[in-house]
Amino acid sequence: MDFSFTEEEERFRAEVRRFLKKEVTEELLKDLEERGEVDFSREFTKKLAEKGWLAMSWPKEYGGGGASMMEQLIFGEELGYHHAPSGAHRQGINLIGPCLIVHGTEEQKGKYLRAITRGEVVWCQGFSEPNAGSDLASLQCRAVADGDDYVIDGQKVWTSNAHRADWCHLLTRTDPDAPRHRGISYFLVDMKSPGITIRPLINMLASHDFNEVFLDNVRVPKENMIGEKNQGWYVSQTTLNFERSGIAVPASAKRTLEQLVEYAKETKRNGKPLARDPIIRHKLSEMAVEIEVGRMIAYRVAWMQGKGLIPSYEASMSKLYGTELVKRLGDIGMQIMGLYSQLETGSKWVPLRGRIERAYLFSLGATIAMGTSEIMKNIIAVRGLELPRG
Amino acid sequence: MNLDFSEEQEMLRTSARDFLTKECPKTLVRELEEDEKGYSPELWRKMAELGWMGLVLPEEYDGMGMEFMDLIVLLEEMGRNILPGPFFCTVVLGGLTILNGGTEEQKKEFLPKVANGEMILTMALTEPSATYEASGVKTKAVAKDDAFVINGTKLFVENAHIADYLVCVTRTSDGASPEEGITLFLVDAKSPGIKCEVMPTIGADKLCEVVFEDVSVPRQNMLGKLDRGWPIVARTLEQATVAKCAEMIGSAQAALEMTLAYVKERVQYGRPIGSFQVVQHYCANMWINVDTGKSILYEAAWRVGEGLPASKEVAVAKGWINEVYKFVAERGVQCHGAIGTTRDHDMGLYYRRAMAAELAFGDTDCQREVVARQIGL
Repeated sequence: MDFSFTEEEERFRAEVRRFLKKEVTEELLKDLEERGEVDFSREFTKKLAEKGWLAMSWPKEYGGGGASMMEQLIFGEELGYHHAPSGAHRQGINLIGPCLIVHGTEEQKGKYLRAITRGEVVWCQGFSEPNAGSDLASLQCRAVADGDDYVIDGQKVWTSNAHRADWCHLLTRTDPDAPRHRGISYFLVDMKSPGITIRPLINMLASHDFNEVFLDNVRVPKENMIGEKNQGWYVSQTTLNFERSGIAVPASAKRTLEQLVEYAKETKRNGKPLARDPIIRHKLSEMAVEIEVGRMIAYRVAWMQGKGLIPSYEASMSKLYGTELVKRLGDIGMQIMGLYSQLETGSKWVPLRGRIERAYLFSLGATIAMGTSEIMKNIIAVRGLELPRG
Repeated sequence: MNLDFSEEQEMLRTSARDFLTKECPKTLVRELEEDEKGYSPELWRKMAELGWMGLVLPEEYDGMGMEFMDLIVLLEEMGRNILPGPFFCTVVLGGLTILNGGTEEQKKEFLPKVANGEMILTMALTEPSATYEASGVKTKAVAKDDAFVINGTKLFVENAHIADYLVCVTRTSDGASPEEGITLFLVDAKSPGIKCEVMPTIGADKLCEVVFEDVSVPRQNMLGKLDRGWPIVARTLEQATVAKCAEMIGSAQAALEMTLAYVKERVQYGRPIGSFQVVQHYCANMWINVDTGKSILYEAAWRVGEGLPASKEVAVAKGWINEVYKFVAERGVQCHGAIGTTRDHDMGLYYRRAMAAELAFGDTDCQREVVARQIGL
């Protein structure tokens, strides 16, 4: 075994770090926080594109960088650690782009892929519905063929960035009589289409990231279907073997922990720095242990992928572990800051610009989005441990 | 980066697993819990024939010259079968300490005997203060002519009752810090003035009380330099902590597998209990614990093997794996239901040892304090 990085990889990490230190400044983060767009910056996404790093994971023939798994891991780790905003490109780079590379027509590839690699378009994902959450295959949003178009009617929910997005990749039901997974088709929908109404869903932080999206007689040209009709479920499950170790989560937590350690050293309670309080030391070091564990899980998922293996339940574990970890970190951060922890951005008394309070509230969504913790455990039990299905 | 075991390591794992499954069944483990010696000399001889005692000792001392990571693989397999006996204390606490700090003469005298299975060693470090820190060492060694005279009480000394030699950690002077003034001696266990008694413990693992009363040790048996023995102990503790983690992960893996087999087969309400979501989630959590434990163990072991600074990684690993093993053993008992709580069931062998293993080389609180210092607190 060998846990070291090559010199070339270390050089790459140093270069990424220099760039992020320059671009992801405290001013930028503060500005995004004040605008209520903590993880969203089209400008930053464009800068990554100019640097040639935005689509580093993609094959070169589609405008990508063809980066190795280790480079992707390092890049993801540094982005996470520096709390770089990635909401403007996450859907395009990680989900719909790769899906189009595999299933898109030449025309679709030509029209959409370059725009994604240049950081010019923002995508949102129209999957979840009011009655289709963990049980996504029960979705009801209908698409009916009419001339050269499909006409879509229905409702989507928890649509992150719908109000900021240019395009939506959307799952619809095209055959209500077929078995659930075999009557679904997958569309690319222009968010400016007539008949789309967006209603904000304000989260506990009072920030506007989620939306309900109502589709009322929305006409979508037939050429906007990805893959075959009624094959949408399988098409949407496609993932290229891009890094999906979940490294950004423990990396980001590591930075937050470092900020908490600094706070504990600088802040006195009863005349003594918090850092000398055994209970606080204990809590912070417990988090340090868990963050290292999270980092190693992610490294191993990336390592598997680098060898061409497809992580299934291993990636589920990384997701589950990382997001649960961030919840505990938020909780511990709140306890350490005591009464001050409840203050929000805007108060002159607020510590760390309200980062911890935001993390505490925001972390709730992470153990639900993209597969709840319970679904992750089901996957581990059935696929990983081969326990009998319930 | 390369996170795979080598082919040789995989082969070592397979052969160790086959051997121990055959030679160290749970019936033997139980028998040895009650046995006065606590180990099987016959099995010990067979292990020596396989070269295990000399696995990581250099070839010039009759060892096999393999890497620390190879020892980790072997210890995982030993933990899997909870092999009783003096392997750990002989090889890790004794052999590696002599390798780390001994003179050429001492190495030549002791290490081939270790490698050939002719000598059982252990380390007498902890005392009634019950800490692994230098401040806990009160046992005195005083120079007298060409010898040192040792007085004091050591507790929790592994397998001292069957050891041929003890690496005794003594205080020879009071320095500016507790780490100064520590001196190590290789003490013949049959020296007059040594009294040894096995302590009844949760893991039935033959921890001993060793009383030194005017025990005379020749000066040439000093291991390392006078008053400067602590760095040797510290190096051994680092290696031993990771080695213990390997045993623990092997044990936790076995407890998990035993539980998975049981929940697939045990039927209640007309179906295997492993099909109930709540049991599936217990099992998923157990697996996550074991799997994360391995990841964090191998990084620490790699660093220790490479001689890189590893204080943080070792403390992270032990702090995490302490909790992993206890969690898996506890959930394992729960999934087995009432039968799991009996003295006769194998889960109990693991459950009791999970606690014993946490206490060895620093419990979770103790490891977290090390980590706290390492992250700048």
